[in-house]
Amino acid sequence: MHTVNHDVLLIGGGGAGLRAAIAVAEANSELSVAVASKVYPMRSHTVSAEGGAAAVIRPGDSLDEHAYDTISGGDWLCDQDAVELFVREAPEEMLRLEHWGCPWSRKPDGTIATRPFGGMKTERTWFAADKTGFHMLHTLFQTTLKYPPISRYDEWFVTRLLVEDGRCHGAVAVELATGEVHAILARAVIMCAGGGGKIYPFTTNANIKTGDGMALAYRAGAPLKDMEFVQYHPTGLPFTGILITEAARAEGGWLVNKDGYRYLQDYDLGTPEPRPVLRSMELGPRDRLSQAFVGELKKGRTVETRHGHVVYLDVRRLGQRVIDEKIPFVRELCLKYEKIDPVKELIPVRPVVHYMMGGIHTDLKGATPIPGLFAAGEVACVSINGANRLGSNSLTELLVFGARAGEAAAHHAAEAPAPPRSVLAQGLQEEARLQKQFLGKRGGRERMADLRKEMQDTMEASAGLYRDGATLKAGTEKVRELKERFRDVAVEDPSLTFNTELQTVLELENLLDVAESVLHSALARRESRGAHQRTDFPERDDQDYLAHSLAYATAEVPRIDYLPVTITRWPAGERVYGRAVSDTHKPVGGAAAPEKGGE
Amino acid sequence: MAKTLNAGYTRYHPKWHRVRVPLFWWVRSASYIKFIGRELTSLFVAYAAGLLLVQAWVLGQGAAAHASFLNWLSHPAVVAWHVVLLATLLFHTVTWLNLTPQALVLRIGRWRVPKGVVWAGHYAAWLVLSLVIVWLFAGVT
Amino acid sequence: MEEEPAFDVFEVPYEDNWMVLDALNHIKDQVDGTLSYRWACRMGVCGSCGMMVNGKPVLTCATYVEDVLPGPIRVEPLRGFPIVRDLVTDIRDFMVKLQRVKPWIIREEDKPLAEGEYLQTPEELQDYKQYSMCINCMLCYAACPIYELDPDFIGPAAIALAQRYNLDSRDEGREERMDVLSQHDGLWACTFVGDCSVVCPKNVDPAGAIQRYKLDATVDWFQSVLMPWRKR
Repeated sequence: MHTVNHDVLLIGGGGAGLRAAIAVAEANSELSVAVASKVYPMRSHTVSAEGGAAAVIRPGDSLDEHAYDTISGGDWLCDQDAVELFVREAPEEMLRLEHWGCPWSRKPDGTIATRPFGGMKTERTWFAADKTGFHMLHTLFQTTLKYPPISRYDEWFVTRLLVEDGRCHGAVAVELATGEVHAILARAVIMCAGGGGKIYPFTTNANIKTGDGMALAYRAGAPLKDMEFVQYHPTGLPFTGILITEAARAEGGWLVNKDGYRYLQDYDLGTPEPRPVLRSMELGPRDRLSQAFVGELKKGRTVETRHGHVVYLDVRRLGQRVIDEKIPFVRELCLKYEKIDPVKELIPVRPVVHYMMGGIHTDLKGATPIPGLFAAGEVACVSINGANRLGSNSLTELLVFGARAGEAAAHHAAEAPAPPRSVLAQGLQEEARLQKQFLGKRGGRERMADLRKEMQDTMEASAGLYRDGATLKAGTEKVRELKERFRDVAVEDPSLTFNTELQTVLELENLLDVAESVLHSALARRESRGAHQRTDFPERDDQDYLAHSLAYATAEVPRIDYLPVTITRWPAGERVYGRAVSDTHKPVGGAAAPEKGGE
Repeated sequence: MAKTLNAGYTRYHPKWHRVRVPLFWWVRSASYIKFIGRELTSLFVAYAAGLLLVQAWVLGQGAAAHASFLNWLSHPAVVAWHVVLLATLLFHTVTWLNLTPQALVLRIGRWRVPKGVVWAGHYAAWLVLSLVIVWLFAGVT
Repeated sequence: MEEEPAFDVFEVPYEDNWMVLDALNHIKDQVDGTLSYRWACRMGVCGSCGMMVNGKPVLTCATYVEDVLPGPIRVEPLRGFPIVRDLVTDIRDFMVKLQRVKPWIIREEDKPLAEGEYLQTPEELQDYKQYSMCINCMLCYAACPIYELDPDFIGPAAIALAQRYNLDSRDEGREERMDVLSQHDGLWACTFVGDCSVVCPKNVDPAGAIQRYKLDATVDWFQSVLMPWRKR
């Protein structure tokens, strides 16, 4: 087993990982930084994000408005101190990315253009046509290439964190191309491995979103926070699950049912107007829009197609010029994957699993409860997204918390002692485990694809848009059974060279852990809030549940604990969309934070 | 900057397989055949240029030498060969001229000259130059 | 381990909305779990799934099975790169080249963040936008016979990326990149076969980028010879 030594190790090379790597290099150029990712960084799922990234920039907008939109969007489960610093640091981070070359779309005078987005009172979403994530990722990746201290370990799959005496000292990774197992020792580790949408059968997520980072930290003893909150994006293409960005609605698209009726008006989301109205109708928050679909389904007003029920997204009224300028990728995707032209036809859409609000519990600096282990991005939960994330907040989150975690890790690494050599014993154990449990194994009777499908179907049935205690309980039992059966999984490929079967089985192991934490967290939360809706507990319960759930791994089922939400200036109030908000949203306690005007 | 290279990268990995490129790699696709044709016809262009130089030199040798040269030129085999030559020259020219809009981005102030105009402009220039040369030679003979 | 690559034949069911990638996934999940290939986003934006299908470089996630029938459909690893295993190639040569062209904003001095964004009009954005759309799928390298014959060639995507930064109004690194690209394995190795632009799934037109760059380089050279006092 080879050993590599660095000061800071990033696990994951997406938006958060790359931003954090740059932050470490800029905080302290003496530190050597390693970025280990199971794919080449340009393949990270950040690349698929389309709509935009939010930051206050227009005159007339304010940090408090952005904060309030985020907090109410999250159904008050957001930690308000985290949200306040997020909205405050967002504009600078976004400008920094612009200075690094990100091709933001512009107004005719050359300044940054913004577009409206779901749940936001004012236009504050910066965008690069409708391929914002793609441009952000490529800008970040290309910028990392100019920092000599950053070394990359592409297609190295991390299978275990090295934790000794409660401190994190690095990780063990399989170099996929050669099958060699390496130990990467580091004084600080930043987990940026993304979310785990692949626990569900129908998701916008890429094949690689298998919750590896969450599972690794969870098994190492870090708690996973708010795992029950899984976001269904209201508009995904049927069959493929490909995302049709919220920007299509922001530019004026309408959601209609089989009768051509804009059904959102029946779900307390406002009254239909010809032009998009912020925080109303199609620009409401994603959880409410997805839940409205279920309402339509029950009323029999959706359209049945061979790939399930759908409603329609109507962007015909935008006209070809606007579509080609503002949402060209949407048009390309519809033409290719649905064989329809949105300029002339309706786009069939349905809610699709998209994002996990939950993740590894971190503080405001991205530090997890395990000293030496940090986390940022979708894998982490600070929490700024609470019970439901607003669109365009997560791309900004990558930058703000990627930078914070990077800086914090840099400071930690400068002071932390070198990893003890004794930790290498764990590396050897892991190498032996991989050989015994997978590569050298013969005669397994469970097919990987079958286990995965059963898990995904269970998640959809038990932890979908609407949940109840009985189905959740059944789901937890099913996952327990699947984990048992996993021990008998068949691995036919003994090769060391680019063994994707080994990779897939390790990913399945991670998926099962993540699925289990979602189900148990959902079962324990006896209320409905944001994206977690329970038919047996349909009301929000601020008395008992204005708190984050924490799932800890044990030898048996996960142990669920609770951590109160940090409230600063916005006491828990009613989430209102599409109608006048009463003054309950004004922050409590004196003058608001300094307003940020536009540039 | 070299530090950012993938760990352990070497150009030739002993275990990875490199496919041998066959000598006739270009016959596998129409666009490759056209490409090789375009490139090979530059040899014919060189021949045509050489022919012109030879003719000029022969002219310098006197009227008798030039007369025998013209005689050679009118031999049926040579004429046939030069018809083929003309075809290759035309092929070479047309394929190259058709590429100009992709290669040439012309701007007048902020206005970008449309590709069609670039294409047509090149063909027009070719036509005009050809007419000028024909007129010059018509004067000479 | 095999010495020479060999073909395996698989039978897959026909579904009219399947991409070639769906067929590969069916093989892996149901028929032969050892088949190795790369894929991630399945929507044509990550660039992972480039392979040769019936001799042409394509993204398997964006190629309908019905469009490459009648069978048997021949799927091979991307041409021009060493084969690691099955349909997986070693693309590290490309990663090295990507870095060589200095694909980042090069400026004498960076404007302070407090002064806000660099102004860039929509027209200035259009100047380089096309070249910024590259997903690094390397279909262009697979289509390029020069790269196949001479792997030293820096290649279409790398040069297009260099152009993306050269033409960005915020960048000042044209000269630095010219030094890299005017080497023998840079711009001048390209003989304008043009197939790279034909196969590009994102209409980046790397061939056009390279030829434009050649004209720029030539003009630069003449200027440096005839007017050496003039700063480029």
